[in-house]
Order: sequence, then structure tokens, then C-alpha cells
Amino acid sequence: MIRSFKKHMGAWGTVGPTVIWLGIFLFLPLVYVILITFLTKNAYGGVDFSFTLENYRNLFKSEYIKVFWDSIVLSLETTVICLLVGYPFAYILANAPRRWKNFLVLLLMLPFWTNSLIRTYGWNTLLRTEGIINHFLLGVGVIKSPLEMLYTDQAVLLGMVYALLPFTVLPLYTSIEKLDKSLLEAGSDLGASRAHVFTRIVLPLTMPGIFAGSIQTFIPSLGFFFISDMMGGAKTMYIGNLIKNQFLSARNWPFGAALSIVLIIITLILMRLYTKVGSLEDMA
Amino acid sequence: MANGEERVIVRLTNVDKSFDNEKVVKKLNLDVKEGEFLTMLGPSGCGKTTTLRMIAGFEQPDEGEILLGGVNVEGKKPNERDVNTVFQNYALFPHMNVFDNVAFGLVEKKVKKEEIHTRVLEMLKLVKLDGMEKRMPSQMSGGQKQRVGIARALVNRPKVLLLDEPLGALDLKLRKQMQGELKHLQRRLGITFLYVTHDQEEALTMSDRIAIMNSGILEQVGTPEEVYNQPQTKFVADFIGESNILEGYVEHVYEDAIGVTMESGKARIPETGYESEEMVYLCVRPENLKLDTKPHEGFSLRGRVREHIFVGSINKTMVELPNGQMLKAETPAEDELMPVGTPVNIYWNPGKVVVMRTKEEMIYNIIERSVQIEGMPNDPIF
Amino acid sequence: MIKKRRKAREFGPGAVAYACLIYLFLYLPIFVVIAFSFNSSKMNIVFEHFTVEWYFKMFDNRQLMQSFVNTIIVAGISTVLSVIIGTLCALGLYKFEFRLKNVISSSLYIPIVIPELVFAIALLAFFSSLNIPMSMVTLVIAHVTFSMPFVVITVRARLAGFDHSIEEAARDLGANGFRTFWRVTLPMISPGVISGGMLALTMSLDDVVVSFFTAGPESTTLPLKILGMVRKGVSPDVNALSTLMIVGTIAILLTSNFIQERLEKKL
Repeated sequence: MIRSFKKHMGAWGTVGPTVIWLGIFLFLPLVYVILITFLTKNAYGGVDFSFTLENYRNLFKSEYIKVFWDSIVLSLETTVICLLVGYPFAYILANAPRRWKNFLVLLLMLPFWTNSLIRTYGWNTLLRTEGIINHFLLGVGVIKSPLEMLYTDQAVLLGMVYALLPFTVLPLYTSIEKLDKSLLEAGSDLGASRAHVFTRIVLPLTMPGIFAGSIQTFIPSLGFFFISDMMGGAKTMYIGNLIKNQFLSARNWPFGAALSIVLIIITLILMRLYTKVGSLEDMA
Repeated sequence: MANGEERVIVRLTNVDKSFDNEKVVKKLNLDVKEGEFLTMLGPSGCGKTTTLRMIAGFEQPDEGEILLGGVNVEGKKPNERDVNTVFQNYALFPHMNVFDNVAFGLVEKKVKKEEIHTRVLEMLKLVKLDGMEKRMPSQMSGGQKQRVGIARALVNRPKVLLLDEPLGALDLKLRKQMQGELKHLQRRLGITFLYVTHDQEEALTMSDRIAIMNSGILEQVGTPEEVYNQPQTKFVADFIGESNILEGYVEHVYEDAIGVTMESGKARIPETGYESEEMVYLCVRPENLKLDTKPHEGFSLRGRVREHIFVGSINKTMVELPNGQMLKAETPAEDELMPVGTPVNIYWNPGKVVVMRTKEEMIYNIIERSVQIEGMPNDPIF
Repeated sequence: MIKKRRKAREFGPGAVAYACLIYLFLYLPIFVVIAFSFNSSKMNIVFEHFTVEWYFKMFDNRQLMQSFVNTIIVAGISTVLSVIIGTLCALGLYKFEFRLKNVISSSLYIPIVIPELVFAIALLAFFSSLNIPMSMVTLVIAHVTFSMPFVVITVRARLAGFDHSIEEAARDLGANGFRTFWRVTLPMISPGVISGGMLALTMSLDDVVVSFFTAGPESTTLPLKILGMVRKGVSPDVNALSTLMIVGTIAILLTSNFIQERLEKKL
């Protein structure tokens, strides 16, 4: 009896604070968000406790369908570009000489550690119509009038790729690094060309890394509203900005909450797919 | 050694221990005498390590009691017991250097700094690690690490030193060397060593006494000579050294001997105290098993030479019995060998066999089969 | 020798150039911010000449300084809290067997996988429904919530490779439960605790999305301040302060990385 009491004290004394903290500041808020998707907004920007499915019905309005579509296309483009750019890079890192490897990974992590908004602001400075790149190109005489680079969809894509590239590269690096090099030798020994060694051995074996990298790029890209705020024009609306607007300017919380349910569902589907190939632990 | 008069330092009485409803130690009774080197020997999973951990205080027995120096230690934590452990994987504190590792227990006991200093250095000298006190465990070889582990335990002057397969992680050569050093250390310090291993050779060379365990049961306790020459159970006979074990039953009881019938033949054994029809095991060491082309009096056990294996100083000859059982016989390498395929008579000198009682239910089985084979033992081809 | 030759073939000039290009891409905006913090021109277009005046002028920009101080305070407090709560949790999950253990340890991944934005608006809605105004307190709560699970996971990973017999050895040598924790367990997991803490610190310093919704008007952080200014044009003192923050973050992390490697090497 006494022993089991002591054991419970130990378990609750250590794990208890986390359980209480996450219970109050994570689970309750998430449950509350789900709850308000079924409620009505009132005139003062708050929520009235009357049940409705209106918010979910509104999701299917054509203007919002377009937002979802644009967002998913942007996130897919971001993910694909990050993979295409990041895979060779991760491969080079993973096969770098031992004494260089740690330094190169550190070099990759450094910008990742500094604030992403400050870095995005750096791009903003570079790409402005009256910015550094235009000034340089005009000065050299390559162009006659400044290029419209900032506040375009391409600028948003650039910002996204920039902010998320390390998220793609790190899982790729880990899985390529883990690859047993003797398998590649066995592959070429059995007559596979370098291209075939890559497609038949390296690629399938690094699939978990590709999946983890894709998901860790795709999911945050849906929510990075500040990148489209800083780099994009008002022309294209993305789901992150839409949610932000519903909560701050339009003050339609129930609809904003319903939109975030869409984000959760996309996440859950991707996680479900992911857990079939890899484990949750690899995500952290 | 004045046997019997020695004080018992560890006494286990009817100790039971289960994990997840599986009994790993069953009704164990064992006395460890002060100053002896006692080895608990058995295959992995036999409960020897669990027993050691119960003495150290890492596990609590379900039933029975453990006395250390005559005091029941029930409920006492490991840090409250006058025993110390040497771990198989060394368990050195990786963040402390050699000196701090060895000083750990003395610091806990709040021993004065100067005394710690002298005792640690003295102990390091004893385990031949003088001058290494500033090294980190990660900079040491396996053998050196285990010396630190031993010094760290011994510096506390425990009543009993518990050693849990301490040489298991070392390579063969180093293990042999450390065996000698450990034995020497134990003699010199006079501290009781309770040693756990699954390596029978280690047990035979180092121990004053050996306790052999098998699936939670203590099979036999005795000096190395006793357990080797007079195994009390089939398991001990099989586990210690190599043995030929023949199943049979007592067919005739003579005045000064018994006649044992086995599946493959008969033997007359000068033993008394057995009853007719009793099931027995006959255990003969390979070096005692003799082969001859001529029949020997009292034996009608025949086989055929199947293989010779040359292992340096000796030859091992494998002989197949009519029922398919293989027996091993060892002869000096210079002796002439019988060609493979030769039919041979098998015998042993009186006193070179150990007879053990066994379960009865198998008797009919044996009688049945021996009847079928009977009548053919002298047939050269069988 | 053979190995070296093969490596050389794999790292032809193409590969090296490619890697350099990616690093350039990653560092270009950082260099721009740093370079222009030393520019005498008020416009972030041409580099006129070198000056350090913005590093003094930034102290006059009260709001900017306040946001910088807020960032540091929030990061500091939330890191300490997440390290304490998270390390305790990791130790509990390692030491004890209890019901719901699996549920709890997999729940830890929820804040990691859900989109930040969802978590941010959930906290906003939750606090507003309770009439709690957004302030430094709500900001700290939000930061602890998303960074603590990372501390738990990092420390747990460290504990997973932990040889249990080392704790037993300490008990065997006379240390009680508390002394064992203090002299053996804590020093051994300290690299994990440090890296968990550094992770929490960078996540707090880096955060935009969650802070955007959970910071009050008085508790704006530096990134939020810049986000507010960027459309109107940013004054060069922002470059100076950003440079300070970039250099400061990198310096702290490199130091801790160094300390951690020293600790690891010792172990």
C-alpha cells in the first residue's frame, strides 16, 4: 500500500505539472475552438451560444474553395521545390568528409536559429522595387525599369522555400546519413549503374526521410501567414491569412475556427499517411 | 580452513522471487561463509543474478528472508547495506574521473578528505591503476574500467563483495588474467566474494565453493572437486565439464553391486543402496570412458567409432550407440586411434561412474526398447 | 587511399558549387540585414558609408527597445519554465510505470504536429472567453506550451540511452534517492537538459505566429514590431537591433553547443 502510494506521488509529482499544463493550455483551448465552430458570431465580434452549421456551410463557398486551392497549390509547390533543392544538398552534406560534416550541419542550422521574420524582412529589403537587386541591375544596365519582384506570388513562394528549406533538409540528411554505404557498393557490384543505384536503392531507403521532410514542410507552410503578408500582394489570399483576418479584422471567430478545423483535418490525413511509413518520434 | 566453525555472513532462507508471475527463484536456501569465495553458477535465466540483486537490495524477495551478518535486511535500501556490487557493464559514472568514481562511496559516508585521498590511492595501487586517477572512464579499456569498478566497491570495505559476471564483457585473454588477479585480491583482503557467472571454467578455477543453479532451484553446493567428481543431479553432471549420460534401470541387485540395463547394453556397477527396477542415470566423464576391441567383464555395451576430433593435447573420439546416442571418449593425442567404423566395447574403471536416481515414468520406455535391441549386441554390424 | 579517391569523385566542383549556392541563399538576407545596420543612408538601398550610429540611435526608439526587452524576457522565462516542467516530466516517464503513460507520452506530440496557427487562435479564443487580456503572461504561457514537449522529448531521448545500473551503482555505494539524482542522474542528463533548453530558447525567439495572437499591445515582441513596420518602411535602427538579436542568438547557441560537446565528450 505504502509503496504504491509513494509511487503514485512520484509519478504525479513529476508528470503531473505537464499533464495539468497541457490540459489547460492546449486541450481546453482546442476543444473550445471545435465548440465555437458550431456557434454564431455576435455583433460585437464575440460568440453567441446558439447552435449552427452555418460556419461549415460557408466553407464550401466558391471564394473560400479558391483560397483552399491556392493554399494547397502554394504548399505543394513549396514542398516540391524544397525536396528538389534540398535532396542533393542533404546528400552532399551526408557524404561530406567527416571533419567537415558537423560544421556544415551547424552552418545549415545557424540561420534556422535566428528569427524567421527578420530573415524574411531581409528578403523584403532585397526584392523591393526600390530595393538592392533592382538598384544593382539598373546600375549595371541589364534592365531599363525596375522589376516587380516583391508582392508577387513568386515572392511568396521564395519566402516559403527559404523559411522551410532547413525543415526539409534535416530529416533528409538524417535518413541519407543512416544509409549503409555497403548497400550502394552491393548495388553497383550487382551491375546497377549509378543512376539505378540511386533510383533502386537510395531513393526507396530514404523514403521515410522524404516523407518526414515533406510533412514538416507542408504543414507549417499552410500557417505561415506572415510570409505572404511580407512578400505577397493582396492579389492572392491564403488560408493562413484568411484565418488571421477572421480572428483579428473580420472578428468572425466561429468561421475562423471552422477554417482552422480544415487545417487540422489536412494535418491528420498527412499524419495518418506518415505513420504508415515512419514513426512519430522522427518528427521531433 | 576450519570448516564448520566459520561464521555465516550471508544466509538466505526459503527465498522466493517472481517477475510477472514467473518464479525465477524458488525456495532458495544458501549460506555464505565469512571470507570465502563462493560462485553462483548456472545458465542465463537461472535466477543467479536475481539472487545477487536481492542480496544487494535492488530487488525484494517475495517470501523468505535474507540475513547479512546475522541481521535481517528486509526493507533495507541498497545504500543501507554493508555490501557492494561490481557490475557486469562496469556502471562507472561517466561524468567523473577515476578518483571521483572510487571516492563516491566514501564521500557519501562523509569520510574526511585526507582519508578519502589515502584510501582511494591505496586501492588504485592495489588494482594496479596508480597514476590513472585523473582519467575519465571513456578513456579506458574494458579491463581498466572493471578494475575501477572493483576498486570503487572494495574501497568501502564491504562485508561481502557481490560480483555480477564482472568479466563477462572482456575478451578471453584478459578474462583469464583478471580471474587470477581477482582470486589473488580476495585472498589478500580476506573479504567474502559472492561471484555470479555462467562460465563453468571461471567458477572451477576461482571458487572455494560453487553453488549451481538451474531454473530458480539450487541444484548443488560444494567445492569445485565435489561438484565435478560427485555431481548430485543430472543437470550438474551435464553442466560442469563434459559428461556422457546414459539412462537405464536397475535390473539386478547383487550383494556389492547393481546390474544396470540401458537402451544399448548392460553394465555392472559396484554400488549399493539401489532397488530393483529403479531408474538411474549413469554419468561418465569423457576421460574415463574407455574403448576396446575386446569385451570387458561386467560390460556388454557396444558401439561404433564414428569420428575423431583432434584438439591439441587430446583426441576426442565419438562413438555411436545402437540407439543413435553419441558418446565422447578422450584419449591422449599420442595414443593410437581405432579407425572410423570399428565396432568397439565400451567400459570404464570401477569408481569412475556416478549413479543418480531419476524419474520412474521412463522405465517402461527403456525396457521396451532394450528388449528389441537385446540379442544383437554381439552382432558386429547391428 | 581508395576511399579518399572515391570521396573526391563524389565531391566534384559541381557539388561544392551547389552547396555554396544553397548556403549563400540561406545567408543572403541575414547579410543584408547586418550590412545595412552599418549603412549611413536611411534607405535600405545603397550602401553609402560605414557607421555605427544606428547602434546608439536605437536606444532612443522607446517602443523598439521595449519590444526587444519583451522578446528577451519572454524567451528567458518560458525557457526556464519549460526546462523545469519538461525535465520533471521526462524523468517521471522514465522512472515510473502508471496508467495513461502511453496516452500522456503520445499527447506530447500533439503540440508538435498541429499547425502553429491553429494552436495560436485556440489560445486567443480560450483566453478571450475567460476575459483574460493578452499580456506578457499569456505570451509566456503560449511559449511554454509549444516548447515544453520538445524539452520532454530531448531529455527522454537522453534518458533512453541511460544505463540503469549506473543509478544502481550509486545506491549500492551508499547514496540515497536524492543524492543519486543530484550526483549521478542530473549530471548525466545535463547535455539533454541543455539542448532541450536551447531548443526552447530558439523556438521562443523565433516565434511569430503564436506570439502574433497571444501578445497584448504592451507586450509586442521584436519580430511582431518589425512585421508591423515592414509595409511602411523600416528604419535602419531596426537593422541594428535585428543584427544584435541574430548575433546574440548565434553566440548563445554556439556557446551552449560547445559546452554540450564538452559534456558529451566527458561522458
